Amino acid sequence: MYQEIILDHYKHPHGKGLSSEFASEVHHVNPTCGDEITLRVQVLADGKIAVSYDNQGCSISQASASIMYDQINNFDFAAGDKAVEHLIAMLQRNVEPDEDILGDGIALVGVAQYPARVKCALLAWMAWKDAAIQAGAIEEQS
Amino acid sequence: MSALDVASIRADFPILKRTVRNDRRLVYLDSGATSQKPYQVLDAERNFYENHNAAVHRGAHQLAEEATDAFEHSRANIADFIGARADDLVFTKNATEAINLVSYAFLNATLKATRNLPLPDGAERFVLNVGDEILVTEMEHHANLIPWQELCDKTGATLRWIGLTDEGRLDLSDTSLFTSKTKMVALTHQSNLLGTVNDIGRIVIAAKAVGALVLLDACQSVPHMPVDVSKLGVDFLTWSGHKMLGPLGIGCLWGRTELLAAMPPFITGGSMIETVSMQGSTFAAPPKRFEAGVPMAAQAVGLSRAVDYLRELGMENVAAHEHELTVAAIAGLQGIEGVRIIGPTDATDRGSAVSFVLDGLHSHDVGQVLDENGIAVRVGHHCAWPVCRRYEVPATTRATFYIYNDLTDVTALVDGVHAAKKFFGV
Repeated sequence: MYQEIILDHYKHPHGKGLSSEFASEVHHVNPTCGDEITLRVQVLADGKIAVSYDNQGCSISQASASIMYDQINNFDFAAGDKAVEHLIAMLQRNVEPDEDILGDGIALVGVAQYPARVKCALLAWMAWKDAAIQAGAIEEQS
Repeated sequence: MSALDVASIRADFPILKRTVRNDRRLVYLDSGATSQKPYQVLDAERNFYENHNAAVHRGAHQLAEEATDAFEHSRANIADFIGARADDLVFTKNATEAINLVSYAFLNATLKATRNLPLPDGAERFVLNVGDEILVTEMEHHANLIPWQELCDKTGATLRWIGLTDEGRLDLSDTSLFTSKTKMVALTHQSNLLGTVNDIGRIVIAAKAVGALVLLDACQSVPHMPVDVSKLGVDFLTWSGHKMLGPLGIGCLWGRTELLAAMPPFITGGSMIETVSMQGSTFAAPPKRFEAGVPMAAQAVGLSRAVDYLRELGMENVAAHEHELTVAAIAGLQGIEGVRIIGPTDATDRGSAVSFVLDGLHSHDVGQVLDENGIAVRVGHHCAWPVCRRYEVPATTRATFYIYNDLTDVTALVDGVHAAKKFFGV
C-alpha cells in the first residue's frame, strides 16, 4: 500500500496551504481516526475550479490530498468529478486504474485491500466535490 | 515470574492459533476493544443452543424451564462475581445501553413528574430540575458522556466535568464541582485511553457529602481486576460481557436495590410488565422491569462461563500479570525516540491500556505497519475524543493487554514501532 510515490507526496505535499480567495469552504473529518481537511474552492470565469486546502492526518489521507491537487486543480466540475468517480470505482475494485485520469493516484490502488483506509484516500476528493457543489460549480460549468 | 500460566491459557483460545497478514503469528493487543473467547465460553453457548434453547420466562414446557434456569443461574453467578445479589443485576445489550438505561430513568422520571403521572416510590431522586447538575470527567468514553449531554439538553440540567492533569489523572483540586445541585456523578473506573485507574473512594466521599448518586463505568475494570460493589460505595456499576471473555451482545447494570426499584423503565414491551390493559399498564419489579423482550439467554450462559474462567485464574493474578506487561510496555515504548505515552507513565493505579503517539507519524500509519507484522492494536480517538483534545493529539495508537498476552507480545510491539519509524523515516 505504501508505494514510494505515496510516501513522497506525504513527505512533500503539493499545494498545501489555504488561499484567501474562495467561494466556499468545507471541513471534512474521518471520525473513526481523526483525519481532517479544510478545503476551499474558487470558481473562475471559465468554469474552472481553483482549489486550496490544509489538512492533518495519516499518510494516505495527506498523500491523497496532494495528488488531488495535482490532478484536478483548475479542472471544471465535470472533469474533476470524473476523476473522483474513477477513484471511488478503483477503490471498490470495479475498474482498472487509469493513469490518464488519476496520475499518481493510481498508486492508491493498494488501499483497496484495506477497507478501513478507503475513507482516508477519499477524504480530500469528497471534500473537493462538496465544496465545488456548494460554490455552484455545476451551474458555472461551460 | 508471571502470575499466570500463559501457555496453557493460550491453548484455550482457538483464534490465537490462526495467522494473519502473510502467515504472521497473531499478536492480539486490542482486548480493550473486545477480548477473545476461550473454548469453554464458546462450548457453553453452543451447549445452550444444542440442548436447552427456548425463550426464557415464557412457556410451560421442559425446555423453557431449563433455559430459564440456565439464564437465572447465570445472573446469580455473574452478580456474585462482583459481590452483588442476583436481583440487582440487569442484563442489557451492552454497557452503552446500561448507561443509557440509567440516564433515561432520569429523563423518564422527569417527564412523568412534569405531567403528575404515577412514579415508583423514591423516584423523586431521578427527577431533574433546571439548574441541577450532572458531573462527569474529561476522560470518559463517549458512552459515559453523550447520554449525560443528551439528558442535560432535554431537562435543562447542567453538565460539569472534572478535568485532567498533565500526567493523565483526574484533577481533583477543584472541590467546588461537587455542589448541592449535583444529582449524579458518572465516571470511569479505568480510562480506556489513558489507562488511569481512578480513586473511586475519594469520589464517593465527595458525592455522598452532597447527596449525589455515583455511576461507575467498569468496562475496563471488571475484566482486569477484583471489583466488589459491596466495598466500592458506588450506586450503579456498568460493564460489558465481550471485554471479559464473554459473548458479544450482553452488558450488565448493577444498581442498589432501592434505586432500581425507584426507577421507571427504559425500553418497554413484553416481559417487563405486571398488568396490562388498553387503558394502561403497571411494571414488574427489577431486574425484569428493565429487560423487555426475549432476553439473550445463550449470551448470559456464555458470560457466566467466562466469569468461572476468570474466577479460576483469580482476579488478583490477572491484575498482577497485566501490571507486569504494562510496566514492560511503558519502559519499552519510552525507550524509542519520538514516542510519547498519553497517560500515566507510573504504573501505580494504572491498568494495561497503553496509548502513545510517535512524532511525525499518524496512528493509522503506525497501526498499519504493526498490522503487517501481525500485531493488532487500536488506532484513532478510541471513542474518547475529548481526551485527545485535552492532550492536543489527533489520535493515538493503543495497546491493551490481557490474560493471553506475554512479554513476547510486548517485545513484538516495541519492535513493530521501531519498524514503523524506520519505514517512514521518522
